[in-house]
Parts: sequence; C-alpha cells; structure tokens
Amino acid sequence: MDIKEKIIARLNKEENLVLETSDFRGDFTVVVPAEKITEVAKILKEDEELAFDLIEDVTAVDWAKRKGRFTVVYHVYSLKNNFRLRIKINLEGTEAPSVVSVWPGANWYERETYDMYGVTFTGHPDLRRMYMPEEFEHHPLRKEFPLRGIPGSLPLPEKSKQDEKRY
Amino acid sequence: MKNDIDITKDEKILKALIEQRPDITLEDALENEMILNIGPQHPATHGVLRVLVRLDGETIIAAVPELGYLHRGYEKMAENMTYYDYIPHTDRLDYTANLANNVAYVLAVEKLAGIEAPPRAQYIRMIMAELARIMGHLVAIGTFVLDIGAVTPFMWTFRERENIQNIFDILCGARFTTSYTRIGGVAADMTDEVKKMILDFTDRFIPALEDFEKLLHKNKIFVQRLDGIGILPKEDAIALGITGPNLRGSGVEFDIRRAQPYLYYNEMDFKVPVYEESDALARYFVRIDEIHESVKIVRQALEKMPEGEVIANEPKFVLPHKTEIYTKMEELIHDFMLVNFGIHPPEGDTYFSVENPKGELGFYFVSDGSGSPWKLKIRSPSFCNLQALPIVCKNQMISDLVAIIGSLDPVMGEADK
Repeated sequence: MDIKEKIIARLNKEENLVLETSDFRGDFTVVVPAEKITEVAKILKEDEELAFDLIEDVTAVDWAKRKGRFTVVYHVYSLKNNFRLRIKINLEGTEAPSVVSVWPGANWYERETYDMYGVTFTGHPDLRRMYMPEEFEHHPLRKEFPLRGIPGSLPLPEKSKQDEKRY
Repeated sequence: MKNDIDITKDEKILKALIEQRPDITLEDALENEMILNIGPQHPATHGVLRVLVRLDGETIIAAVPELGYLHRGYEKMAENMTYYDYIPHTDRLDYTANLANNVAYVLAVEKLAGIEAPPRAQYIRMIMAELARIMGHLVAIGTFVLDIGAVTPFMWTFRERENIQNIFDILCGARFTTSYTRIGGVAADMTDEVKKMILDFTDRFIPALEDFEKLLHKNKIFVQRLDGIGILPKEDAIALGITGPNLRGSGVEFDIRRAQPYLYYNEMDFKVPVYEESDALARYFVRIDEIHESVKIVRQALEKMPEGEVIANEPKFVLPHKTEIYTKMEELIHDFMLVNFGIHPPEGDTYFSVENPKGELGFYFVSDGSGSPWKLKIRSPSFCNLQALPIVCKNQMISDLVAIIGSLDPVMGEADK
C-alpha cells in the first residue's frame, strides 16, 4: 500500500478525520477538522509505520474576504518513510489548538504565527510575540495591514534637543 | 581596639541576616541567582541575537533567546511584488551563502509554475550552490573558532572565502549580492574563464584546508575546550525539528540532497557526514567534512556539465534576451508583460525545500493565479536551530555560551527574515 493511502486509512480508522485530500505538484495535503488537530498530530507521530517525527513548518494563510478567514498549514516530515505531508485546518474564528505537546518544535512557529496573523493557539505553553515588540497591537501579515506600516504604532526613542539641532 | 568593636558590630548584623534568611549561608558567595543579558549588540552572537540567561554562580540554569532585531518583513514584501522582483531579496536571507538562497528560491518558483531549467543551467546552479555552501561553512567555522580565541584560522578561512567571491564577481558581476539565478535558468552562461577559476580554486583550496586542519585538530586547547560541551541529544534534535549540520552532528543521517534529490544530486557521488557525539566539536567536524564533500561535488559537476542553453524556452515565464526584444515584436510584448505584471503561475500551493549550509531552507507559496504570490512563507533553518539553544546550554558554564552559539551557527538575517 502506498504511503498516501496508508495515511488516509490510519486517520479514518477510529473516526472520519480526513475532510479532503489534494495532490498538487506532488505535495500531498490532508484537510482535517480544526478541533481535532492535536489528535491527528498524535496519531501521525505515534503510529509506528507513519512516524511523522520532524516538524518543518507551521504557518497561517489569511484569505481576507472568505468566511473562515484563516487556514493554518503544517508541514511534517517522516524520516522513516522519507515523505513530507501537509496538514491544513480551516478556522472559523482565530483560535486553533496547539500541537506543541506533540511536536515541541512547533513552539516558535506557533508564536510566529500568532505574532504575524493573530491566531491564538490554545494550550501553548508560552504564547508571546516572536518578532514584534510585546506592546505592538497589530498583526503585520494580515491583509488589512498596510505595506508601509502604521505611523506611530511602534514606540521609537524620542528625539533629543541635540538631534533636532542637527537635522 | 577599634577593630574589635567593628567586628562585633558586623557580627551582630550578620547574625540578624542569618536569622531572617536561614537558607543563605555565608561561606558560599556564589549561591545567588543572577539574570544576565547578552546582546543584541555583542560580537559573539553573530548578528543581533539577544539571549537572557539565568545564572547560578557560573552555571546557566535557563536561557531565553529573543529574536526580531533584524525583522524586515520579507514575507509581507513578497506579497506586494512579482516573483521576479523578489530574487534580490533572497540574497539577504542567509548572507553568508547568498547564491544558495537564489537557487532555492527559483527552484521553488519553478515547481509552482511547472517549468524546468535546461540541464546546463541546473549544473551551473549546483556548482554555485556548492561553492556557496563552502563559503557559508568557512564563515561558520572561522567565526566559531574566533569566538573561542583562535584568531589565525579566522584569517585563513576568510582568505579562501575571498577566492570564491572573486569567482562570483566574474560570473555574476557582484561579490555579495549575486542575484544570479532567473526563473527558468541562470542570468549568464559560465565561461571557460570561470570554469578555469573554479578548477584552480579547488586545486589550491584542499591543501589550504588541510593546513587549517593542522592548526586546530591536534590542538589540545581547541579540542578540550569543545569536547563534551553543548550536547544536543538525538531525540531532542528530532523533536525540535533541527536540520542541517546540527542534526547530523547529533547522529541523524538526514540530508535533503540525499533524501529527496533535486538538481542533479542523485548523479553525484558524495558522503553525508554524521557524527554520534552530539557536542559542539561534532558539529564542527560535520562542517569540515561537508566542505570536503562539496569540493568533490564541484569537481564532478564540472566534469559532467553538458553544453547547451542556460535558460528555458518558456515565453510565458522566462524573460527574453535583450537583443531579441529590440528586433522582434512577440518578444517585446512578452518582456513588457513579464516586467510589468510578472509571471502568472496557476492557482495552488507548493512547498519546496533544499539543503542549505544552515539546514533546510523551504519556500511555501500560495498562489491565487495573479502576478504576485498571495502568500510566501520562508522556512528558515537558523530560526528553527536557535530553538535548541535553551536545551543545549542548560547546566553549561557561562563562558561556553559563545562557543555553543557559534557551534549552532545561526545567521540572524535568515532567522529574523
């Protein structure tokens, strides 16, 4: 049996977890229910045949005008099978369950996604901003955030009198 | 007489202190925890990395890396420009191996667009990516040994790096900001002059590298300083998603060139160095061995490189040659459309990753069929490898921290994007 069929069969074993699959340019993708992502992650990692042990990436896509605005995308790799799998969950709001308990490497990626898109991961041990300062209010990679930024949104050091003279 | 009085006074104060906090003993002055801030402006952090460490005496109890001091919003910029426009920005990701990033980016775009470059272009890309890997590793080991006090090897690695940059200068027209690759091929063909330069370089480089190894590998100070510090266990390395030399230094044989070959790596004969020791010294040796393997790949690729075109015949994706634009109508129209509106790959999303000097560099594109990507996510290896820092430096000495950061080899241009 081919690894793709194995993944689908294993995920659908106890209950139907696979909503949709696609295979564009050889990238195999499964879409699973958002609230079940932690269970899916556990199955994929702990199943001895599949063994998806290396987390490569977690990110989100902002669809701007669609009803379910955010899709969270995971890339996981199985060292044993030499196979990369993409998992997608479509969110209704901005909350997603965290997978840090399964893949500790997802920690910083979820922080980055929270920082850039404002998707909060429930159950994350340390959900702080990754790049932007903690007091920053916006989420830069959302589509409504302007390319040039919002003036005054970042605290900058005040100009001293000497600087004013110089410029 | 005066002294006696003072001593009794002090004793009274000390007695009061001891009664208040019986857990503090006076014998051990170091039994206090301290928070120390290292960086972002610190020469040993290789850029603008900030690490907050909690110390018990000289031992690190906990470390928290803070990123974002070089965050330039590259992913946001990608959403607002065409696929072509973005090529120069990939130079600035891992700036120690800029050509390898160029190659990775165009390969990812080509996968999304569904086109392929001709064999000669693929070979040139492979040779250049390997030279960039040598360059990246030379900077990595040079600065790493500089951090722990060896100044001469640093000068020697930078001398060799200069030779590679001279090759880039002749081929790409720039030493640092190469931007050499194009979607569907490369910007210019490799001339015989460049070929001869690369061959000369590989001949001269191996003896120079062996001299470098003589300086360090039997040096007691160097080996004992690094042996057994910064241990990253195999299980932790996999769980944290570490890639590249750091993962191979922890005894996991995972190299994308071997696992999922791209370009012509499946035709090349090279080894994937793996060390089981998992310490800073093992990670150093992985890099040294990889340089030797890269030189082998460059020599093989130069021998096998076929003649032919260096840019694909795909008018909808590839910029036409300048001479044709001025003489032919069709080419003029294509050039106008490509420059102004960019290429239009089909709707869909793809992920493509390559083995960069630092680890797995991946590009995740979401295309809506328009001229610029709907989303571009850069999976940068340095970002992920830095996640290991709190685990690696736990219960180590504070003086080993710089050596550990050097052995993990982060580049902040890539980690902060």
